[in-house]
Amino acid sequence: MMSRQASGPALQIEHLSVSFETPRGEVHALRDISFDIAAGEVFGVAGESGSGKSTLAYAIMRDLAPNARVLGGSIHFAGEDVLRLVPDALRRIRGRRIAMVYQDPKSALNPSMRVGQQIAEVLEIHAMASRAGAAARALELLALVNIPDPLAVAHAYPHQLSGGMQQRLVIAMALAGDPGLLIMDEPTTGLDVTTQARILELVTGLRHDVGAAILYISHDLAVIAQVSDRVGILYAGEMVETAPATQLFRRPAHPYTRGLLDALPDIDLTRAFRPIGGRFPDLMDLPDGCVFAPRCDFVEDACTRAQPAMATVGLTHVARCRRWETVIATPPMPQARRSAPPLLEVTPPVARVDNLTKHYEEPGALMRWLGLARPPVHAIDDVTFAVHGGEVLALVGESGCGKTTLGRLLLRLLPPTSGTVSIRRRQSGAEIADDAEFRRVVRIVFQNPDSSLNPTKRVAAILERPLAIQGVSRPARRARVRELLEAVRLDVGYLHRLPRALSGGERQRVAIARAFATGPELVVLDEPLSALDVSSQASVVDLLTELRHRLDATYVFISHDLSLVRHLAHRIGVMYLGRLVEVGTVDEVFRPPYHPYTRALLSSIPVPDPSARAATVRLEGAVPSARLPPSGCRFHTRCPSKLGRVCEEVQPPLQRADGTHWLACHIPLENLRRERPVRPAGGTPQHVAP
Amino acid sequence: MTARILANPPLAIGTLILGCVLALTLLAPLVAPYGVAEQSIPDRLQRPGGKHLLGTDQYGRDLLTRTLFGGRTALLLGLGAVALGLLFGVPIGLASGYAGGRTDEVIMRVVDALLSFPALLMALMIITALGASTLHALLAIGVANAPGIARIVRSQTLAVKHEEFVLAACAQGESHAYIMFGEILPNLLPPIVIEASIRVGFAILASASLSFLGLGVQPPTADWGLMIREARQYIFLSSWPLLCPGLALALTIVGFNLLGDGVRDRLTGRV
Amino acid sequence: MASYLARRTLSITLVLVLISLIVFVAIHVLPGSAATLILGEYATPESLRSLEREMGLDRPFAVQYAAWMGGVLTGDWGYSLAMKQPVTAIVGLRLRNSALLAGFALLAVVLIATPLGTLAALRRGRWLDLAILTGSYIGISVPEFVTGMMLILVLAGPSLHLFPTSDYAPLAAGFRTWFSHLVLPTLTLTLVLLAHVVRQTRSGLVEVLQSAYVRTARLKGATERRIVGRHALRNGLLPAVTVIALDLGYLMGGIVVVEEVFAYPGMGRLILYAIQNRDVPLLQVSILIVAATYTFANFAADLAYAWLDPRIRYQ
Repeated sequence: MMSRQASGPALQIEHLSVSFETPRGEVHALRDISFDIAAGEVFGVAGESGSGKSTLAYAIMRDLAPNARVLGGSIHFAGEDVLRLVPDALRRIRGRRIAMVYQDPKSALNPSMRVGQQIAEVLEIHAMASRAGAAARALELLALVNIPDPLAVAHAYPHQLSGGMQQRLVIAMALAGDPGLLIMDEPTTGLDVTTQARILELVTGLRHDVGAAILYISHDLAVIAQVSDRVGILYAGEMVETAPATQLFRRPAHPYTRGLLDALPDIDLTRAFRPIGGRFPDLMDLPDGCVFAPRCDFVEDACTRAQPAMATVGLTHVARCRRWETVIATPPMPQARRSAPPLLEVTPPVARVDNLTKHYEEPGALMRWLGLARPPVHAIDDVTFAVHGGEVLALVGESGCGKTTLGRLLLRLLPPTSGTVSIRRRQSGAEIADDAEFRRVVRIVFQNPDSSLNPTKRVAAILERPLAIQGVSRPARRARVRELLEAVRLDVGYLHRLPRALSGGERQRVAIARAFATGPELVVLDEPLSALDVSSQASVVDLLTELRHRLDATYVFISHDLSLVRHLAHRIGVMYLGRLVEVGTVDEVFRPPYHPYTRALLSSIPVPDPSARAATVRLEGAVPSARLPPSGCRFHTRCPSKLGRVCEEVQPPLQRADGTHWLACHIPLENLRRERPVRPAGGTPQHVAP
Repeated sequence: MTARILANPPLAIGTLILGCVLALTLLAPLVAPYGVAEQSIPDRLQRPGGKHLLGTDQYGRDLLTRTLFGGRTALLLGLGAVALGLLFGVPIGLASGYAGGRTDEVIMRVVDALLSFPALLMALMIITALGASTLHALLAIGVANAPGIARIVRSQTLAVKHEEFVLAACAQGESHAYIMFGEILPNLLPPIVIEASIRVGFAILASASLSFLGLGVQPPTADWGLMIREARQYIFLSSWPLLCPGLALALTIVGFNLLGDGVRDRLTGRV
Repeated sequence: MASYLARRTLSITLVLVLISLIVFVAIHVLPGSAATLILGEYATPESLRSLEREMGLDRPFAVQYAAWMGGVLTGDWGYSLAMKQPVTAIVGLRLRNSALLAGFALLAVVLIATPLGTLAALRRGRWLDLAILTGSYIGISVPEFVTGMMLILVLAGPSLHLFPTSDYAPLAAGFRTWFSHLVLPTLTLTLVLLAHVVRQTRSGLVEVLQSAYVRTARLKGATERRIVGRHALRNGLLPAVTVIALDLGYLMGGIVVVEEVFAYPGMGRLILYAIQNRDVPLLQVSILIVAATYTFANFAADLAYAWLDPRIRYQ
């Protein structure tokens, strides 16, 4: 490990401004950005989409698009201004003194080159070792990032490895040059929560082992809280607040930071859960004055006239706000009301799923005869549960657990391989047989608003269609569509727009309006918030809650976000590799006894509180392939509490822990009850009054 | 608007060339100095100048006139063949991609087999069966283009099929026909337009080749390929009966190729 | 890899069968049977029918097809009506001649087009690229017969007479003569093919140069030379394998026209002759051979691609 000199910051950015020239105008992507990173420090940059965070990362590497213009400022690294370097000097820095890890590891790796070679290449390029030396160092680096069996992995091609492993590779590649600055741009986006937890652990560990300065960029505030020493908040191209992590999260000085923290669902239910109103500014047409003023709770006249200067809040704490003292002095918002308080009574079920199984890609007879048959994908195996009228049942699990497939089976979008799905009317209790009735009563909202609306159709056409199918007359449709828009709080002028003219949050509202057009009783929501920015999520949640109350509807809410689920749901079902491993009310599932997988999930979730240290349960390895699920308990290959052979051979029985709380595990309940809770019930208070 | 066209050179130049070609061919009956079939043996194989701006061919027919009218045939064949190809290819590709499974496999094998024939050979086979004429040439080239178009439409359909808005339509109980033509097809328009623009140039080339081989347009109709065929024997006596249609052909095909590329750049850039 | 191979082989066999069917069906839609051809237009209906029976043309369609395919697979390729010889005797020589032409053209293309396309991609947007692009636009747009005849006009005319205008001379007549007969047709074919391959090579490489992993390599500090040599070319030229296979299609179409222009005795000219003379047996087998060759070439390209692309090779 090289020792770093403590003289001056490793990276010093001053008044950096970057614009992009487009046919439609100039996009002011970054304006007057200034901050430092000391050696060995992790500086987190948090911002929503469009805030300019990726532009910042690429600006430091000077790898911007051809239409980018650096309007001013300097980026000082190792005594030189990166922006003024000649190309050859720049090339020598890249990969060696400054290295980058970015978001999509699969496309960042050359598919035709062996992994070990791609890592060794960094050393060869910068003449740091001979061929043999480089290869050996590559193996060391693979071990450093906790890759098991480095020799085998070094000989593999990228496509043969899992997503988590690929991301570690990219990190190893970045470390190869022994850089003084490591830039990480959303390195865990797209990875499962449990995989993400291990990568974050790696990053924090690196800080100690490697001594490089790390710039960590993410949209996820919780992740930033976990890894960063100091944090900068980026909004629409401006750094609005910079502070040590603990200060920023406890006593934010800028209204945007405060709003952002309040817009996050809090798993411990100690904070408000409210959206930030308004829309992102258009970077081509910025308002005069403070860029956040149009959406700010603390705005006053002076704010809209001139841009505020950076105010000093503390020793290393600055905020671009006139009213920061007021912001800090204002007490925190009242605690969030759960949108799903415990139900008073158990209502009869509106949906029942019994022994439901779904397998994909059953091989044809020909393939089997040729001996080339691949085993089918076991998406869901023998799942049984009921959904009660008027409740919100959440289905949680990581990718590949089968929750999406389950949602689609409920909607009859897929035929089951075996087992039954039965949906009943709320009032009469009669089963729905007629297809037209089914399509009216059971609806779905999809995850990605960019692809769930047909880009060639206008909003009016999209919303009228479900009504047209039901045979509603033209004038009635027109009227109803206006009502729908109003219900989702969109202006009537949106009727004539194409989806691409709407923001992500607005598109999702249209998708929700479409789902509710026919007045359904059961709505399946498949990750409806994951593609939205934090500032819009809370308002969509409010909307969904309101609609549910209005129609007395039942929701099946599919999500991987346990904090959200804590707010929204009455009951939770936890899924792993196609099986339901735990089911119960939200309070029951979040307390012991836990299924070992639930426990691991809960402890992997990052919280936006730098001081919170959840009980660390780390899962080794990757999720097994759904084509060859493990025998017996499917979780046994990764379970930290595995008992022994019984887990490998026998499917665990459903044990009843409480009235409505069941888990599928061999471990006796008394043992599970005795475990410590993953999160303290109340959590630490977030805003400490001065 | 003009700025955008200028920023896209292929589109600009292609439009320019084709604009001229289109104008000239449409106005041919008005602009042409002589009749298309007007022969004048004493004036045969003359160089450009005097009475005949571009010279005459082996029967004394005015080359300018014949070249202008030849453009009409070329455009008719090129655009007509591609239109036919779309008429057959789009529904087949759409249905096959949407149906998936066995049906898709079978249809695609047949399409693959059809694509194993180089386009010209396929056209030749069809002409063999039907006999040589302008109409048959149009049919032959159109049918030869259909499998390629079907293939492309199918792969685009496969990509769109899994988008969530298609699933949403299924979840609403839409009929298969509506999903195919009402939901998926509108999203396929950009790639179809791109494909069509690129193919027109090749269709013109193919039709000219067929006529050159004597298996397409028949005399005395004016067609560039046919004109070159007829000029073969006399090229050392006068090269103009070769050069006029040859140049016209090259220019028109270049124009369409530029247009096709320009359209593709524009549509893929925008989306 | 094994399952990929198995599936491709299966697929190809099916395609070949379908091809033979298509050829058979297309040609048997001919108005006017082979019998009319042989006996002439004034033959009596009875003699027509008896000849048809003798030739087996009155059997059910499926039987005729089976008999024909059986013959093809065992080496009996039928009897040419117009040339009055067994088809096998004719086709061999013609195939060789065409293969010679195609082979030279392909060689020239691979040797010239790949470097040109690569250069154009690397110097994208600059003068060299524009020049190469313009050249290739012209190349794909000018029909082979125009190019061919222009070449004849310029190089084989009475004034220059550098090359003969037609036919083929065997090697026995001397290397120079043999070669001079090949130059113009090969050149014509090459020019068109060159244009296609240059464009496709260029666009394939341009796409790779804009990919994320090339960006990663650049951010690792690699020199342009290393980026191009180690990263870009390997992945960018991979599609070149399929490009060349695809261009065999253009080649085979173009060869018919080129052989006609230069009166070159190859498969293309044979097919034209068979069409003009309605020589069904000859036509059937000729087209089948061309289509089958194209299919096998594509298959070989698929295999080569699968072997070169680690994503397929190591499943």
